[in-house]
Amino acid sequence: MAIPDRHGRFGPYGGRYVPETLMPALLELEEAYQRTRKDKSFQAELKHYLTEYVGRPTPLYFAQRLTKRLGGAKIYLKREDLCHTGAHKINNAIGQALLARRMKKPRLIAETGAGQHGVATATVAAMFGLECEIYMGTEDMQRQALNVFRMRLLGSKVTGVDAGSRTLKDAISEAMRDWTTNVRTTHYVLGSVLGAHPYPMMIRDFQAVIGREARKQILSAEGRLPDCLIACVGGGSNAMGLFHAFVPDKKVRMVGVEAAGLGVESGKHAARFAGGRPGVLQGTMTYLLQDENGQVNLTHSVSAGLDYAAVGPEHSYHKETNRAEYTSATDDEALAAFDLLAREEGIMPALESAHAMAEVVKCAPRMKKNQIVVVNLSGRGDKDVQQVARIKGVTL
Amino acid sequence: MNRLDQTFGRLKARGEKALITYIMAGDPSLQETEQLVLELERAGADIIELGVPFSDPIADGPVIQQAAERGLQSGTSLRRILESITRLRAMTQIPIVLMAYYNNIHAFGEADFCSKAAAAGVDGLIVPDMPPDEAAPLRQPAATAGLHLIFLLAPTSTASRRAYVAKESGGFVYYVSITGITGAKLNDMASVRDNVAKIRKHTKTPVAVGFGVATPEDAARVAETADGVIVGSAIVRRVGEHGQDGRLVHEVGSFVRSLKAAMQPG
Repeated sequence: MAIPDRHGRFGPYGGRYVPETLMPALLELEEAYQRTRKDKSFQAELKHYLTEYVGRPTPLYFAQRLTKRLGGAKIYLKREDLCHTGAHKINNAIGQALLARRMKKPRLIAETGAGQHGVATATVAAMFGLECEIYMGTEDMQRQALNVFRMRLLGSKVTGVDAGSRTLKDAISEAMRDWTTNVRTTHYVLGSVLGAHPYPMMIRDFQAVIGREARKQILSAEGRLPDCLIACVGGGSNAMGLFHAFVPDKKVRMVGVEAAGLGVESGKHAARFAGGRPGVLQGTMTYLLQDENGQVNLTHSVSAGLDYAAVGPEHSYHKETNRAEYTSATDDEALAAFDLLAREEGIMPALESAHAMAEVVKCAPRMKKNQIVVVNLSGRGDKDVQQVARIKGVTL
Repeated sequence: MNRLDQTFGRLKARGEKALITYIMAGDPSLQETEQLVLELERAGADIIELGVPFSDPIADGPVIQQAAERGLQSGTSLRRILESITRLRAMTQIPIVLMAYYNNIHAFGEADFCSKAAAAGVDGLIVPDMPPDEAAPLRQPAATAGLHLIFLLAPTSTASRRAYVAKESGGFVYYVSITGITGAKLNDMASVRDNVAKIRKHTKTPVAVGFGVATPEDAARVAETADGVIVGSAIVRRVGEHGQDGRLVHEVGSFVRSLKAAMQPG
C-alpha cells in the first residue's frame, strides 16, 4: 500500500486539519506537486540545482577514529552538513521554490526553529529572485542570533513571533496565519515533514535523496546494506530523508532520536514518543506532547531544531507499525557527543545532529565490529558555537 | 427542534437577521462569561458563540489569541465550560455554539464530548481546523446528540468546495468574509454579497458572515445580504480592555446594543 493514501493518511496519522481558507491552497499544491513530480523537466531542473548549487551527492564518510574509539560497529556519517548553507534543509527548500515558481507565486514564507530552514529558504529565495519572509520565535532568535543575521544578509525579512513559547511551534502558527491571509500570492515553504497533506509527503520526497545516495554509497563501500540507520527527529525531515529508501529493506533497523532535554522524567523535553499521545496540531494528526485537556505542552531542548511538541505523521506511522524505533538523548548527552565528534573527527555537528551522535555513542559499542551504522549528520555546528560557549561558561 | 433552527426560523418570519456574538469562555473568568452571556442576550444577541481557549489557535488573530491565553490562565477547560453552560441553561434558552479547535475535542473523546455538550445545552459546534473532509469522527456522535456541525467557507473556496461545504454544514453556513484570520479588516462588501449569493444556490441553510465585522456600520451592511452577522474580535477586544475594571458587562452590553440597533430593518 502506498502511503500516504489520497487523503494524506499514514494509517491513522496525517490528514488536513486546516481552516477552510487554506483548503483550496492545499488542494492546488497537491495537484501541482503530483503533476510536477512526474515532469521530467522539473526533475532535471531539481537535479541540476542539487548538483551544481547544493553540492550533491554529499559524501558518506567512514569515521575511522570514532569507530575505533567506541570499539564496536563501523560508523559512517552521511555528510548533509556539507550541503550549501550547512544542513539538509536546502534539499527541500530548492524543491519547493522550484514548485512555487511553476505555480507563479512570487512570495515565499517559512518558519524556522534553529534557523537552518530559514537560511535555506532565504538562500533559494535570493537565488530565484523571490520575495521572502521568515517567521521565528523570539526565544529562538536569541539562541540563533547568527542565523537571523544571515537571513537578513540574504535579503529576507525576519519577523519575530512573541506568542506562546516563542519557539518553532509559534513560528509555524504565525506562518500559517500569514499564508491564510496572503495565500493568493504566497507559497508557504514548510521546513519539515509536518503540517497538512501534501507537506509531509512532498518534503519526504524532496529529502529522500539523502537515503537514495546513502544506500548506493554504502553498497559501493561495503558491498552490503547497513545494520542500522540513526537520525535525530524534530519534525523528522532528515530522518525521513535517510530512512525512506531503506523502508523496504526490513533487515535495516531505523532509529530516530528525539530530544530528551533535561530528561524525560523532568517534563522539560521534546520526546513525543516517550511522553505524548496522538492529537492534532498545525494541520496533522500525530504524536503530540499535550496535557489531559488537549492543550499543547511547552517543550525544552538545547537544540532549537528539535524543540517542537509534535512529530511528522509518517514517523508516528513507522512507530506504530514497528518499522522504526524511537529513542531520545538529553541535552548533556548531545553536548558530550558534540565534543566527541569535534575531537575525534574534526567535525562539529549541529546540536540537532549531536542527538543522533549521542545514540551512536550508546549503541555502537554494543554492536559487533563487522556491523555497520549509518548516521545522518544533518547539519554543521557553526551556528551553535556561540551557544555551546555560553553553556560552557566561555565568553567570546 | 434545535434552538439554532428555531431562532433562524423565528427571525426569518419577522424579516430580521441574527446577531451572533462571540466571546472567549473563561476570559477573564467563567463566572464573568456567564454574566456576559446573559447581558449579550439582553443587549439583543440572538445566538451566542463561545470560544474554547486553545494553546495554538491557528485561525485567530492577536485579539482572540490573547483572549485564549487569558482563558487558559483562569483555568478554563472544556469540562468546566460545559458546567457553565449547564448553569446558564437554568436562566436562558438562547442558542449556544461552541467554537473549539479539534485537539480539545479529540482529547475529551468525540462521542463523550458530543453527548455531554448536548446534555449541557450546546446547540452547535464550529471546529475551525476541521474541514468537513476530516469530520468523520464527529459526524455520527454530533447527529446522535442533535448538535449541528457548522462548517466554514472562505473567499478562496472554489465552486466545488462551496457546493460540498454548503451541503455538509448544519444550523448555518459560516462564511469567512476575508482571506485571513479573525479580527482583520472587512473591505470588500461586493465580494461578500457575491459569495453569499453563490452559497445560497447550494443550500437552504442560513448563511452567517463573520471575521472582520467590527462596527455597527459593518453589521448593517452585512445584514443586508446574510442571514446572520457574527461579531467576535470587536467584542473580545472590549472584554480585554474592561476585564478588570468593573465596567465589563456595561461596556460589552452597550456595544452589542449599538450593533443590534444598526441591524434593525427599515
